[in-house]
Amino acid sequence: MIAFIIQRLMQAVLVMLVIALIAFALFNFVGDPINNMVGQDTNLADRERLRQELGLNDSFVVQFARFVGHAAEGEFGMSYQQARPVGRIILEKLPATLELSFVAALLALLLGVPMGIYTALHRDSWGSQLLLAVSLIGVSLPTFVIGILLILVFAVLLGWLPSFGRGTVVHIGWWTTGLLTLDGWRAIILPAVTLALFQMTLIMRLVRGEMIEVLRTDYIKFARARGLSNRAINFGHALKNTLVPVITITGLQLGGVIAFAIITETVFQWPGMGLMFIQAVNFADIPVMAAYLVLVGSFFVVINLVVDLLYYVVDPRLRIDRERVAGV
Amino acid sequence: MADPLLRVEHLRIEVPTRRGILVAVDDISLEIAPGEVLGVVGESGAGKSLTGAAIIGLLEPPLRIAGGEIHFAGRRIDNLPYEAMRRIRGKEIGAIFQDPLTSLNPLYTIGRQLVETIRTHLDVGPAAARERAVALLGEVGIAAAEQRIDHYPHQFSGGMRQRVVIALALAGNPRLVIADEPTTALDVSIQAQIIALLKRLGRDHGTAIMLVTHDMGVIAETADRVAVMYAGRIVEMGPVQTIVAQPRHPYTAGLMQSIPRIGGPRDRLRQIDGAMPRLDEIPPGCPFHPRCPDAFDRCRRERPALLPAPGTQAGTDAACWLYDPAISGDAITARHSRESGNPGAATISAAALDPRFRGGDGC
Amino acid sequence: MSDLAAPGRPRSVLDSDLVWSFRHSPVAIAATIVAAAIILGAAAAPWIAPHDPFDLARLSLLDASNPPAWLAGGSWNYPLGTDNQGRDVLSAILYGARLSLVVGLSAVILALLFGVTLGLIAGWRGGIVETIVMRIADVQLSFPAILIALLIDGVARSLLPREVQGEIALYVLVASIALSAWVHYARTVRGSTLVERNKEYIQAARVIGVSPARIVWGHLLPNVMGPVLVIATINLALAILTEATLSFLGVGLPPTQPSLGTLIRVGNDYLLSGDWWISIFPGVVLALLILSVNLLGDWLRDALNPRLR
Repeated sequence: MIAFIIQRLMQAVLVMLVIALIAFALFNFVGDPINNMVGQDTNLADRERLRQELGLNDSFVVQFARFVGHAAEGEFGMSYQQARPVGRIILEKLPATLELSFVAALLALLLGVPMGIYTALHRDSWGSQLLLAVSLIGVSLPTFVIGILLILVFAVLLGWLPSFGRGTVVHIGWWTTGLLTLDGWRAIILPAVTLALFQMTLIMRLVRGEMIEVLRTDYIKFARARGLSNRAINFGHALKNTLVPVITITGLQLGGVIAFAIITETVFQWPGMGLMFIQAVNFADIPVMAAYLVLVGSFFVVINLVVDLLYYVVDPRLRIDRERVAGV
Repeated sequence: MADPLLRVEHLRIEVPTRRGILVAVDDISLEIAPGEVLGVVGESGAGKSLTGAAIIGLLEPPLRIAGGEIHFAGRRIDNLPYEAMRRIRGKEIGAIFQDPLTSLNPLYTIGRQLVETIRTHLDVGPAAARERAVALLGEVGIAAAEQRIDHYPHQFSGGMRQRVVIALALAGNPRLVIADEPTTALDVSIQAQIIALLKRLGRDHGTAIMLVTHDMGVIAETADRVAVMYAGRIVEMGPVQTIVAQPRHPYTAGLMQSIPRIGGPRDRLRQIDGAMPRLDEIPPGCPFHPRCPDAFDRCRRERPALLPAPGTQAGTDAACWLYDPAISGDAITARHSRESGNPGAATISAAALDPRFRGGDGC
Repeated sequence: MSDLAAPGRPRSVLDSDLVWSFRHSPVAIAATIVAAAIILGAAAAPWIAPHDPFDLARLSLLDASNPPAWLAGGSWNYPLGTDNQGRDVLSAILYGARLSLVVGLSAVILALLFGVTLGLIAGWRGGIVETIVMRIADVQLSFPAILIALLIDGVARSLLPREVQGEIALYVLVASIALSAWVHYARTVRGSTLVERNKEYIQAARVIGVSPARIVWGHLLPNVMGPVLVIATINLALAILTEATLSFLGVGLPPTQPSLGTLIRVGNDYLLSGDWWISIFPGVVLALLILSVNLLGDWLRDALNPRLR
């Protein structure tokens, strides 16, 4: 058990270092950092001095170590595009993304799990067929198309909900929240639904598939042979056995919400980290890109580590099937 | 049989497939008396497990009962709605399956699974149910039941798990238990214990058992009567001693002959040539005729009904045209003589003249 | 309790079972028709498109922002309307679908080649090679594929000088998507290889002295390709979706070489002003394409699954 934890920890650290390395390489070797920071008429002597000050003449290892050290403190240098510290930009954008992701994840879970259970228990009802058809569309429609359609219907044609932005936000310390205003809630609905739809259909199909598998097992058959009621079988036995792997797999999948937030934020011009990243790519704003890479990469590594360990604790005989998580 | 506990009449189980409707169980009838052990023996795919599943109402679609009736304690049960059948399951008819590991939910303690079952059938509180559960575990031979009741299935060995499964099946005190290959997944040394346990419990509680297996040895030890199945039909049925000692149907004879015996002449292992036909390739007439050394013309055309086989204890029937009363008694005598390796003088002439009988090796 | 069939003579029915299943599945047939229609239309774009949307000389601003033909102000000359520059939406869709398919198929083929090869090597040789490949696969799978494609694409773009970006955007895109998808092939093939490796026909070949290369390519490969086909079909839908997403985000194909995703992006700007057809029609075609390929993949997986028979 300990060996497993240590092995996983080491793997996590290794992956994070690799991510940091890629980010660092991006940071330092794409173009010349000095050129990106000063104007054209700065003379060579000044550039050299700047180079020395910033430690750009030190060895690779030293620079890398410095980079990692700074990254751990949230210090990522200055944005090329906005000429502000990257760290502060991230702090500004983080609450928007986190709120959106949280609401979307909640929506996906609260709707996806019951729908999955329903379609597993009532396999041939027309309700199930309908849900399955809709889920197929949910998986096939690109997230941005869904977003655009929703905007078309609810913002342009019906005019009920705003088509971009967060609405009115309230500042609490360094956090900004849109959840305390009606305006904010109206603004978050469309993006949250867009973001949730893909995850929701994945969760629904996952729960359904898992539950159908469980209902085919010998112990369910034996439970039936013992005369247990349908409720006891479906919700006492089948559900528990279904949820144990599903919960952990879902945990991993919800990490994907962060990734898909990029798309949703772009469609709705939601001022979060995803939009920030896209703008950075289009501008070749390296420090921002590198920072995003490190942050999101670390986030996934941590989530995977936590879920791996959790899974091991819940049932050491099981191992996560990573491919099921990816929705294959 | 007077007042049988279970009566199956002309049961027919079909399954629709891409290639048409296949018949998995074709017109079988059997009875089980209260407290009796009926062995149902046959190769894999003969339809014995399906028969058990149909009786307890757990046939999985697309399999379905396409004909016949099943009566339990005087009441017809094959056409009951789900809820009515559910009340019978566990309380009147119980079942045990082959693999004890997969029969138990790995996430719940056996105590929880026992208590749940007990409280489903008996109106008792949790404490009383737990007491009863502990008593049950003791009865099936689990030591330190008070502690082990809170263990998970994977903490038990294979044999112990099957005991737990038996305890679960008996929790509602059913009058009939269908045991589907209960020892096949266990070590040989454990098999004997489990079989003995089943037998003892059946006697103590007056429970009838339908013991489904492919192992003739188990049947010989445990059953009172036995039904031999082949390709979805019963080919021979009768008291176990008689069938073991004097099998009438060529298939049963072949089965008995293929059991290696300790002592006696060391010879090649005998086997029945060929294999049981697949569901979509069952030949017309008697399904065994391609492999039968005694097959004659009628066997290829008409399917034999279960006919009383003369020269045996009353109650033995075989589905074989050899026992058609119209056929001369000589033919049958000749065949039996051949088996016992002792051709009497009077029979040689009959055998020599009759083209239906080839000489040579027995069945 | 379902031991219906005893062993009998072997049936050469994999093909006919598959065909039977296809003919009896209305969904599979419908999906194939839709997918085929789009694919054929896209392939024949240069010949059947009513206009050439890239011929700047023939564009007329007078025809800009026409609605679809059946609405007021539209004409059948431009059946699905025109965009803000006067480009015919239908033609743009045909050419766009072409590009989407080219990128999608190329990415799938590339991922397949890369993944299957790595999977075969990992499964056959075992040892440290297998460990490394599988570890990398595991790590990569802990990130969403779209994110990986996005990161590779974004990073690659930053590394290239701006002038070159437009030209090789296509190749960069294909490579990013392929790199995000190889893992599924590798894992499946490696799993199958491990199973087949121990079977008698492989052992026999080794004993006879057939070279490992021939065993792997000639004997092993045909037997592990079944599941690969299913993965490839589902992967195709995902690849098209990924390409569309990346193009929509602005890091895929540029407006000078627009795929369906790019068209939607461009049209999105005019959504709020009421010119909805510029982005909705490409969106519908894209959705239909992905949906039909997905359905085909689902059907194929069910048809080839021995347990569901």
